[in-house]
Parts: sequence; structure tokens; C-alpha cells
Amino acid sequence: MENTFLLSFGELGLKGENRPYFERILVQNIRETLKGFENVEIKKTHGRIYVKASVEQEEIIKRLKKVFGIVAISPAKSCSLDIEEIKRAAVEALKEMDYKGKTFKVETRRPNKSFPLKSPEISKIVGGFILKNVEGIRVDVHNPDIEVDVEIRERAFVYCKKEKGPGGLPLGSNGRAVLLLSGGIDSPVAGYMVMKRGVRVFPVYFHSFPFTSDRAKEKVVDLCRVLAGYAGKVKLHVVNFTDILKEIAEKGKEEYLTILMRRMMVRISQEIANKLGAKALITGESIGQVASQTMESLFCTNEVAKLPILRPLIGFDKQEIIEIAQRIGTYDISIRPYEDCCTVFVPEHPATRPKLESIKKIEAVFDVEEMTKRGMKDLEIIEITG
Amino acid sequence: MRKEVYLDNSATTKVLKEVADEVYKVLIEDYGNPSSLHSKGLYAEKTVREARRVISNFLGVEEKEIYFTSGGTESNNVAIKGAVKALKRKGKHIITTSIEHPSVLEVCRELEEEGFKVTYLPVGEDGIVKVSDVKNAVNSETVLISIMHVNNEVGSIQPIEEIADFLKEKDIVFHVDAVQSFGKISLISGLKGISLLSASAHKVYGPKGIGILYKKDKIKIEPLIHGGGQERGLRSGTENVPGIAGFCKAVEILEKNFSLWKEKMGDLKERLKTGIIDLIEDVVINTPETKSAPHILNVSFLGIKAEVLLHALENYGIYVSTGSACSSHKKVKSHVLVAMGKKEEEIEGAVRFSLSPFITEEEIDYTLDVLKNQVKELRRFKRR
Repeated sequence: MENTFLLSFGELGLKGENRPYFERILVQNIRETLKGFENVEIKKTHGRIYVKASVEQEEIIKRLKKVFGIVAISPAKSCSLDIEEIKRAAVEALKEMDYKGKTFKVETRRPNKSFPLKSPEISKIVGGFILKNVEGIRVDVHNPDIEVDVEIRERAFVYCKKEKGPGGLPLGSNGRAVLLLSGGIDSPVAGYMVMKRGVRVFPVYFHSFPFTSDRAKEKVVDLCRVLAGYAGKVKLHVVNFTDILKEIAEKGKEEYLTILMRRMMVRISQEIANKLGAKALITGESIGQVASQTMESLFCTNEVAKLPILRPLIGFDKQEIIEIAQRIGTYDISIRPYEDCCTVFVPEHPATRPKLESIKKIEAVFDVEEMTKRGMKDLEIIEITG
Repeated sequence: MRKEVYLDNSATTKVLKEVADEVYKVLIEDYGNPSSLHSKGLYAEKTVREARRVISNFLGVEEKEIYFTSGGTESNNVAIKGAVKALKRKGKHIITTSIEHPSVLEVCRELEEEGFKVTYLPVGEDGIVKVSDVKNAVNSETVLISIMHVNNEVGSIQPIEEIADFLKEKDIVFHVDAVQSFGKISLISGLKGISLLSASAHKVYGPKGIGILYKKDKIKIEPLIHGGGQERGLRSGTENVPGIAGFCKAVEILEKNFSLWKEKMGDLKERLKTGIIDLIEDVVINTPETKSAPHILNVSFLGIKAEVLLHALENYGIYVSTGSACSSHKKVKSHVLVAMGKKEEEIEGAVRFSLSPFITEEEIDYTLDVLKNQVKELRRFKRR
């Protein structure tokens, strides 16, 4: 009998002929995340991935829960296709649970039809054996506290619990995108959501020292470290934005400062995307959250983009975003107080219905192209591992 | 090498070489536990005793009146909580000021929760509490008065001597937070009229994590930390011998140079102050003209966010601090400047320069030069 993790991946099954491609990447990502552990065996069969490991269960589960594409993780007992062994494995699996005074039922799946017993028979035999050999447990086929799952494949697997994986598609299976990362609550969540769909995400941060402090930058690095927990490695691009910001503040019109700033950020991010072969930008915008995220403002920001801007949070309320941030572990970092001193440049009364013509007129006094180049000049690239 | 001008000596100071050497020696050679019975323990005990002698001598008090703690915050905590706990049958009224350090104010707020009444005295626009206000606040329930000697943000000196004199005939415990004044300006000789006093080593070129509480012999206070009964039961826990030895060394050096350093810092402060006034427009000096410590100068640069100026200066190797932090979500305003009745713009632009005697006149001139240019540069982006 062996300890094995049974991994299921929902959506990949729908991928038809592309399925092997996705599965291959997923296995590769699992291998990557478990690299440091010894004696790890990863095997792929139809519809399941098995991970055999002699290490601490908790640590393996913790890692696997961050691999996109995995829907569920079941720590299972595996044994040969012998009903006596299966019975013993079931008792053992159950005894690892908090079972006293609880109810259970046995559920069997039998993709391997060469096994002589049928699913209901197996359930019945295993259930009877459990009742006889485990004290203080009762059967309830409708609402059991514990479901004992038996899977008959090329070997037999028995498990009693299922941990939820993050779902989504394997990272790296869907190209690259550049994330405009600010240090606030929203943008890391936006990055996570797109990563979850298999996209390799490259965060960009606009550093405006002394208007934003080094601690604000450190915060962004820490956020990237959380994201790297899901990606293995994250490459952060830091743009030195101070000069550009000053120029905008000096020549621009106060109520348009934020929009002018965002348009410059989009232009520079786009250049970085081109350099990286990324095919989209990602922002944490949500309609109407602040003045720069009204429909008119989004329109004006979007107007400079040639790449699609992905806005995975567009229909989310703040509270919903916070809940995800808490779940993925970015919230506590995002709420650190030294956010930024950019308040110097936040207009007292920002335009909520900016007009594109007015913006273009203001921008005419800038050499936008030169400013974009300036932003690309001393890029700092920081590699962060999870 | 980039120039480095450290003007944040009220936050903490660089440890003197001799002090660091002493700490190192104790860490790797004389590392015994004073409670151990063998000779290594005895040696450690002697180190602690010697430090107690040097520090009590410096303050003009008795050896047995000095207790080692982990620093200013702990000293303030045990002084206030320990005293009122011992006196709770006598009365439940405490007097303090609105410009105290958080390690006093937060303790008082907690005691309010427990049913104590606390009077937070106002200060004038000079950041100094009025003796008459102290006198008027005292009532039959008053058991403790806690007032700082030198304010950490603006450097104003509180009239400790006069208050001590007033309390002479009264049965009220008087605690003085001397963390900013210890080693910088003279205290009353023999701490006459003062029952409890807090000080910390890392503000005077000693190591972090070590401080003292002076407790007048006849004053009774309850300990906060219980255990092996070290420090005569007032503060259990193995003595921080390396810290204590370092503190001792720092005080020895301090004692020799006291007047010289005081004068030096006073001159540097004057140079910095007149320089700022001469070179930069629209500034407000928040530190009182006469009654202030020689090492602290607080200045408001109007139209500027202090935190942005702080970061701009650090780019040139100049380190200062601000009383308020700017964050787009909430404004954390300096409670001291608020109590002094300063205007919003003055609070927002307030920077604290705190000196050490090891700064040179050239460094002050360099600072003035950078300051002038940076203030000018940042004012270009003042909100219109």
C-alpha cells in the first residue's frame, strides 16, 4: 500500500485534440513546483495525474494547491487490484480521518472494466468491512459525513477527502501578458485571475521616487513574491517614472493628471509587452470605482492601447475583490500603509467625464513618443521566486 | 562613496566604536549569566554592578535606584502601570500631557479603560506645558504625574524642576520620561523631587534593547514581568549583560564630553536654523527659541509634503524624519504639532532634524544646499 495524491483537472477534459498539450504543461508545472522534494514520482493516465511522494503530506498539498489547472487533490491509499487489499486500504484511509461518531458511505468508480466486481458490489463489500472493523461509525447513504471513494484503475485508489485546487488552466498554456501592478488591492488580484487562465504574467511597476518611497516598491516586490508562489518565478519590470510624472504635472491640466498619467503608463507597458512578446495588458480596473475608472475615463485610457487591455475585475465590487485578495494572500501586503505619496499629483477634483479631444489637445504639448522612450530607458528588472 | 549625513539621532544613534567593541567582547568572551554560581557568572554580575555604579553616578542617585529594562518603552510602561497598580487604593487620577510619547499615552489610554481618570494637559504654541495647569489639575485622587523632559518631535523642554518643586510637599508619584534628554541636557542634580525616570541607551550612542528605570528608593511599584527575580524582583529575565556593558561604556564617554557635545550640537542647530531661515522662504520653525534641547530642530516647509521631502533628501544621503506620514487613505498627523495648534499646512510639511556631536559644519552646509534645491524643486509641484 502506498500514499499517492490523486489530482483531477476539470476543464482540461474539454480541450479535445489539444488536451495532450495542456496535460503536458500541467505535468511539467507540477514537476517544477515539487522540484525540491526527493522521491517524487509523477504519472499521468487518462483523466488523472498521480503524484507519489514520501514527504510530508501537508507541504505537498500546500504546493499543489497553487498549481493552476488542478481542480482537486485527494491524498489516497493505492494498492493492487485485489479486493482484500482494497478493504484494508479503505479502513486505513478512514482511520486517518476524525471518524468517531460520524456517518459514511462508500462510492466506487470503475474505469478499469477488467476488474471482475462491479461498482455497487465493491461499495457493498468495502462498506461492510469498514462497519465490522471501524468502531463508532454508522452508514448514511444520503448525507454521509465522510465519503470513502474507491477508484479502480490500473491500480486501486481509496481516499476520504478532497482538497480544492485553484482550478483554471496550466500556467504557460496561454501566452503572455503585462500586468500594471500598483501595490493596491486590485491589481494583484487582476494578475492572479489572468494567471489562473494559464497566462504567464509580467508585472510592471511605476516607481516615482521621492513621491513614492522605497517601501512602496518593496511592497510591490512582496506582492510579486505571492504571485510567484503560483508561477514559480515572476519577472518584475520597474519603470523610473519620476521625470515623466513631473513633466505631466507641470504641463498637464490638473483635473486630467490621472488620465494623462495612465495613458503614459499604458504606452510604456505596451512597449514592455512588445519586448516580451506579450499580447495583452492587464489592469485592476473596475467600473466606477474611482474617477479614473468611469466609462469615459476607461475609454480615454484605452484609446492609446493597441493591445487588448484585460480587466478581469471590471464587474467586481470592492468587497468581492478583497475576498479574493485575502484568499490568495495579497491582501495583508496591499493594505500596508505607506502606499504612495502620489497624492501630490491626485487632483482635488478629477475629471469623471474626461473628453478625448481635450486630452489630445493637452497631450499635444508633450513629446509622447520621447517620454515613452524615456520610460523604457532605465528599466530595472527584478526576478522574484516564490 | 556617497555622502551620508544622518540627521535622525532622535530616532536612534550610531553606536560608538568603543561601545561596540565592549558589547562584542562581552558577547564572545564574558558571556556568563550573572545568576550562575561559577566565576563566569560572577564576572558578569560584576559587569552589571559596575554599570549600575557608573550610571547612578552620572545621574547623581544611588546604585540601588537603577533598574535595567529593555528600553524607554518598557521603562515608561512599568513606571506608570507599576506605580498606579501599587497605589490603586489611594486614588485613580493620573495627570500627563498631550505631547507625550506613545509609550506613555497608550498606557494612559489603557488605564482609562480600566477605570482610571487621566488628564491630558494642553501645551502652548511653544510645545511647553504650563506649571499652573499642572497645579490646577491636581486633586485629592491624583496619584501619578507623568511628564516628558524633552519632547521627541520638537525638542521643547518641559518645566520639570518647577513641577518637582511644587510636588515636594505632596504625596504624588512623579514620573519623567527622559529618553530624549538623557545625556543631552542636565537633569536636576540627584533627581530631586522625581520618583521615577526613564532613559534609553540607543539614543546616546549605545546599543538598542537596553534602558533604565530610575526608581526613588522609597517609591513602591509593581513589576510587569515575573520570573527569576532579577533586578530585585522588579524586572525578571536574564540580564542583557552585553547591552548593559555597552550602555555603561556609552555613559562613561558621554560624561567626559557632556558640555562639549552639548555646545557643539547647539552650534550646529543654530547654523542649520539660521541657514534654513536665510536660504528658504515660507518656513516655520516649530522648535521653541530658547527652551529647547540642543539636538532637535523641527521645521515646516510650507507647500510641501514632508514625506516627499524626506525621500528627496535621502537620495542625497541625508536622513531626517517627519511627524506625519502621508498615505492616500488616511492622514497620520503628528499629535504633538496638533497639540501646539499648528495649521494643517504646517503639520503636513514638518520635518525633524536631530543632531549628534559627530556631525560637521560642512555636513550642515551640504544639507542646507541640498535642502534649498529640493524644496525649490518640490514646490514646483505644489497643488495649484
